[in-house]
Amino acid sequence: MTTDHAADIDRHVRIYITVFVALMVLTVVTVAVSYLHLPVPIAVAVALLVATVKGTLVACYFMHLISEQKLIYAVLLLTVVFFAALLALPAVTHSNGYWIHP
Amino acid sequence: MDIPYTVEVRRDTGLTNGKIGIWLFLASEVMLFGALFASYILIRTGAPSWPRGDTILNVPLATFNTIVLILSSVTMVMAWASLMRHRFGAFRMYMGTTILLGGVFLVVKYFEYSDKFHHGYFPSTSNFFAIYFTLTGLHMLHVLGGMLVNAYFWGPGAKQWKTNPAWFTNRVENSGLFWHFVDLVWIFLFPTLYLL
Repeated sequence: MTTDHAADIDRHVRIYITVFVALMVLTVVTVAVSYLHLPVPIAVAVALLVATVKGTLVACYFMHLISEQKLIYAVLLLTVVFFAALLALPAVTHSNGYWIHP
Repeated sequence: MDIPYTVEVRRDTGLTNGKIGIWLFLASEVMLFGALFASYILIRTGAPSWPRGDTILNVPLATFNTIVLILSSVTMVMAWASLMRHRFGAFRMYMGTTILLGGVFLVVKYFEYSDKFHHGYFPSTSNFFAIYFTLTGLHMLHVLGGMLVNAYFWGPGAKQWKTNPAWFTNRVENSGLFWHFVDLVWIFLFPTLYLL
């Protein structure tokens, strides 16, 4: 292991600790916000926003997506498109009032 | 015949085969959980009324479990970093801690499930509990699966460190990618099931 390589890993470890602290703080925020009993649409938006930030931190730093090869990004882009389509299905069904007038 | 591209990267993909393999698997996992999340949205928005999770479920226990899983993600990535630093003893400690934290998560879930069953709440009780047990049950199976793989690398699989340390390090990284994904899924399950 070269000195440069060791220094690089040390830098990574410092980042992991920082991300860990951020995740802990955001977990407290998630729970604290739920005690405010906000209107449901706002509560859903805040909860999903905080969860998305936490998920992004895990994916970018623990899963090293911040510095990954292009092919992985391509696979994930395709996944995001299909995932979005999947989540859009309930919305489309909702707008058709499917379950109200089957 | 040796498995190709376990350590050296393929020129066309810029990746080892294991790395692209685990990411393709995780992409399929996103769709699996995505389908269940979509079902949850559809059932919840179509229901005349839906209970807030915190009126039925145990938020303090789930918060504790969230912290446990985040901690386990840190120890998992530290296990990989230890191998990168050629510190096998530290790897064993961090990987062992990761497995133990996974065990703590499952024990807490056991108490949560037992409490629900004791009070007569089953998947057949309501759509809320059907979704709750399906999503958390599938997630628990993933925790168990990750623990088994990690236990293999902590125990018998660790022999590879002596013969091919670079390949072993890559395998631990790939197993870590799965473990972090399991953490990531919980990060979304926790607020959507317990807090909203």
